[in-house]
Amino acid sequence: MSNKHKLYQAFATGLGIELDSVKDELAYNSIPQWDSTAHMILIAEIENQFDVMLDTDDIIDLSSVQKAQSILGKYDVSFN
Amino acid sequence: MLDFNADDIYALDARQKQAFLQPELDKLSEFHREHCDAYQRICSGWNLAAGDSAMPLAVRLFKEMSLKSISDDEVFKVLHSSGTSGQPSTIYLDKATAQLQSQILVKILQHWLGKARRPMLLIDSPATLKKSGGMSARAAGLQGLSFFGHNHTYALDENMQLDINAVSQFFAEFGQQPVLMFGFTFMVWQCFVQQLQKHNLRFNLQDAVLIHGGGWKKLQAQAVSNQDFKQAINLQLGHVRVHDYYGMVEQTGTIYFECEQGHLHCPVWSDIQIRRAHDLSVCDVGETGLIQLNSVTAQSYPGHQLLTEDLGLLLGEDDCQCGRKGKYFNVVGRVPKAEVRGCSDTFS
Repeated sequence: MSNKHKLYQAFATGLGIELDSVKDELAYNSIPQWDSTAHMILIAEIENQFDVMLDTDDIIDLSSVQKAQSILGKYDVSFN
Repeated sequence: MLDFNADDIYALDARQKQAFLQPELDKLSEFHREHCDAYQRICSGWNLAAGDSAMPLAVRLFKEMSLKSISDDEVFKVLHSSGTSGQPSTIYLDKATAQLQSQILVKILQHWLGKARRPMLLIDSPATLKKSGGMSARAAGLQGLSFFGHNHTYALDENMQLDINAVSQFFAEFGQQPVLMFGFTFMVWQCFVQQLQKHNLRFNLQDAVLIHGGGWKKLQAQAVSNQDFKQAINLQLGHVRVHDYYGMVEQTGTIYFECEQGHLHCPVWSDIQIRRAHDLSVCDVGETGLIQLNSVTAQSYPGHQLLTEDLGLLLGEDDCQCGRKGKYFNVVGRVPKAEVRGCSDTFS
């Protein structure tokens, strides 16, 4: 499974939404399912998928699917 | 500019802080007068003393009326205070205010905890977050602090009983590394510390931090002092750094953290003033009075200058032995029956 697919899957599971509705542009608070409560569940899901531990700045910055990819890049997870 | 590094949030001295904070508060006063009719009407009744550019609103006004400076369709989140007696406050946030509040909270916590997250023990029940309806202050507190944890574990079960298995497992797995514990003062005491004592459970934590808040009222009634509280925790759990905090849902974000000296500190975005209850004049250092809280976090509602129903005293400014600048203070209790006649009395 590609990292991109793994990430999309993590968003679908973490936010409880259909895989089809995950896209790079999806942003925090743009859908009711991605609120502050779901955010921590999403973070845990992403961390499990990629076996990383984000710091508190990353959690605040992780405001879209696109942004998640650049943050994970810092942890040597590549999306190319 | 509201953006500060976590290292710098207690770095401004009195003069620098005044130069930064007062213009921000004045901007908010003007904005809220323009966008909140009720606030405008209250302001027009003021007789300002020299040195005051605005008077604080009595905090109970947020229980009695709906005060906001945004339109209904800009409301993004509604917060309620957890007050057990009477009506809770209702606070309306737009998206930008909610974001600012959580950013400021994170900055303050980063100052005290660092940026790395720690395994986290929540001294509460998973049921607290599941309750439906507007978010309670307790749930909001749990959620705000959760940012700083991973492997979140609840110390209490659905019936608020100590979950001995969960706690023992958590400490066995993480007790040798930095861990974070969080809970409400009275619950930490009654549901956690006293239960550990009762079951004669002791742990030897190496590098733990306990953050607790919510007030001492119930512990004072049992004659448990802050010192007793810390001693009992260290006896049962080993090396634990204990920090009380003070704050309220009406100014979410700007919380006042207890330093190593046992003093509460104002971060750069907020300040306190102690006022005499009978005429609202400003108290001297060391004189107990009503606590006024000023904060830049009240952007979508006129809560930037609040007269609380809490009693406290200013201990000093810029010269706490912990090295942090700004005002530092203690909270000593609540006004009996919370009968504060503030400046809101001109409103009818």
